[in-house]
Amino acid sequence: MTDDLTGNPPKPDTTGLNIVVCIKQVPDSAQIRVHPVTNTIMRQGVPTIINPYDLYALEEALRLRDQYGGAVTVLCMGPPMAEDALRRALGLGADRAVLITDRRFAGSDTLATSFALATALTTIAQDRPIDIVFTGKQTIDGDTAQVGPGIARRLGLNQLTYVSAIDSIDLGKRELVVRRRAEGGVQVLQSRLPCLITVMEGINDLRRGSIQDLLRAARADVTVWSAEQAGVTNPMMCGLRGSPTVVKKVFAPSPRSEPAEMVTTEAKRPAQVAEAVLDLLFARNPKLEADLAARKGA
Amino acid sequence: MSEHFDAIVVGAGPSGNAAAYTMAKAGLSVLQIDRGEYPGSKNVQGAILYADALERIIPDFREDAPLERHVVEQRIWMLDDRAHTGTHYRSDDFNEARPNRYTILRAQFDKWFSKKVREAGALVITETTVTGLVRNEAGAVIGVQTDREGGPVFARVVVLAEGVNGLVAQRAGLRPELKPNHVALAVKETHFLSEEKVQERFNLAGEDDGVVIEVLGTVTSGMVGTGFLYTNKESISIGVGCLVSDYAETGMAPYELLDRFKRHPSVAPLLRGSEMKEYVAHLIPEGGYNAIPKLTGDGWLIVGDAGQFVNAVHREGSNLAMTTGRMAAEAIIALRKADLPVSEANLKIYRDALAESFVMQDMKKYRHLPATLEKNRDALFGAYPRALSSALQTLFRVDGTAKRDKEKQMLGIVKKSRGSWWAVATDMFKVARAWR
Repeated sequence: MTDDLTGNPPKPDTTGLNIVVCIKQVPDSAQIRVHPVTNTIMRQGVPTIINPYDLYALEEALRLRDQYGGAVTVLCMGPPMAEDALRRALGLGADRAVLITDRRFAGSDTLATSFALATALTTIAQDRPIDIVFTGKQTIDGDTAQVGPGIARRLGLNQLTYVSAIDSIDLGKRELVVRRRAEGGVQVLQSRLPCLITVMEGINDLRRGSIQDLLRAARADVTVWSAEQAGVTNPMMCGLRGSPTVVKKVFAPSPRSEPAEMVTTEAKRPAQVAEAVLDLLFARNPKLEADLAARKGA
Repeated sequence: MSEHFDAIVVGAGPSGNAAAYTMAKAGLSVLQIDRGEYPGSKNVQGAILYADALERIIPDFREDAPLERHVVEQRIWMLDDRAHTGTHYRSDDFNEARPNRYTILRAQFDKWFSKKVREAGALVITETTVTGLVRNEAGAVIGVQTDREGGPVFARVVVLAEGVNGLVAQRAGLRPELKPNHVALAVKETHFLSEEKVQERFNLAGEDDGVVIEVLGTVTSGMVGTGFLYTNKESISIGVGCLVSDYAETGMAPYELLDRFKRHPSVAPLLRGSEMKEYVAHLIPEGGYNAIPKLTGDGWLIVGDAGQFVNAVHREGSNLAMTTGRMAAEAIIALRKADLPVSEANLKIYRDALAESFVMQDMKKYRHLPATLEKNRDALFGAYPRALSSALQTLFRVDGTAKRDKEKQMLGIVKKSRGSWWAVATDMFKVARAWR
């Protein structure tokens, strides 16, 4: 994959598939903390990761590239530090990375985000038409699953959501067959290229990039575009101004369970111990006792 | 074709970052490899930053490094189970333009330091474990093997900044396995406490002023070790560490020790109402001078914790790490400029630089202390702290006893703690000799 002498990526394959994977950098949900006073998420010092669903999308894209040839570009909208996420994607084997970052993107909801990404995709497609756009099925911080479909709608792409397998691609006919997780079963769908695919978790096992992939990623220049460079001509469609969604209130949820309580009893026999536990349960929840008594009576 | 660098640095802690930064800044091609998810994700410290060591590497670090509070007051506490005897040293002189010590949060600081390393031009790759060293026919180290596909990566020298465990060096037969009595296990919690509360409780004038408390005595339940409590901007770091061999012998669990420390009547009010945000544990090399492994060889050298560079008495480690990292880098740069091989013989300049600096001089000064502390554990970490507290309580309690009788009682307490004055004198002599 790498030209070792210069460390530059090889010239992108102009045959095969031109794939773009949209990724998002999210706080590692396992390590998120809520500020005790302001109730906002404390992002400082919290490690960030690539949205886990997006990694499945990236791996699926890399597999298609390895099988059919072509190139994989990763695209991300976010603050300058999102470059880390893109570099990580390069280390996994992506060929090119584009970050669109601009103060004007700040505060974007899903409508404004899909607008910005769709605009950047259009700009990317000027070099060579895109065959497939991949996204994860949703992000773990927003959980809306709206951005992928939003991009498809704006670019007029067939949208294949919740895809659990890509069965085949016919480059000659420019068609592909995928499996889609649907309510009550699996749909097998045939679609034209180009299309947008949102990917289910578990569709594949993520690869580990080789040492050469990592070195290339460490050296690579991530393409950084401002809103204007990404092709945005109407800033009113971006960021806070382009976002009809309003966050009305942020609060920390109260703990779901009450603290555990120790039941102490002098009883020795198991039945007596059980009795003591039941007494406490019924004392806390009289309705439970009444319901049980009623059922016993019936 | 495989890659070839001037230097490969194994590890992205303070020593590795210091080495990689210094070499990259001088124009050498540097690859730094860390096994963590991001550079330094495995790093743990108390943590105090010693400005001098970093200043010699990045003179203007104060401009953008994430610092918590500069230290205006140092306390040393001797604990028994219910009391503490302490000294406080505070001076307005520490409120200077270029403060000498800072409290830091390593998660943020290491991110900054790694960014500096990359900006200086080093290549930094993560989630990659160095599994072995590659040698040529003559036995010289010429590169590293990793747990990724794609073969070895080559370099003129491998800087082993791999931290306390030193697994790469150990696997390569460059050093023996760590001994349980050469390493302490420290546990630490970070407790959130509002900025105002931190200032109030520690009598701090400004939002950048900080207090550090080093704690001796029964905080370790008779084991060889110490405790600490540091003030950050809006949190408190509290921890305790003891020799691994002592944990094994006593069967004590580190978290029990820390819980007891937190419940101590002198400590609990400082933490009241705080919320625990983070819990970490780490090994600290405390074997001292006698535990330092061979530091150089053909194509390799060791820096930082991997070389046991910790001054346990003065709670210094990260500064020794940064200094050894810098000195290693300077030696490699000098050899590169002279176009000389990085051989064991030529690395004498690194060994000499260490020997002439505070690093080796301090390590040497306290070389007998680890063994002395271990041998006199019961007296130093149990009997004396209790006797001191008891004697002082006798002094301060006004109860109609004549002062001359009080003094007799106090002397009696100290004598009784060790059985005889001879034993007390022997203890004092041993510690003084080890200190010298």
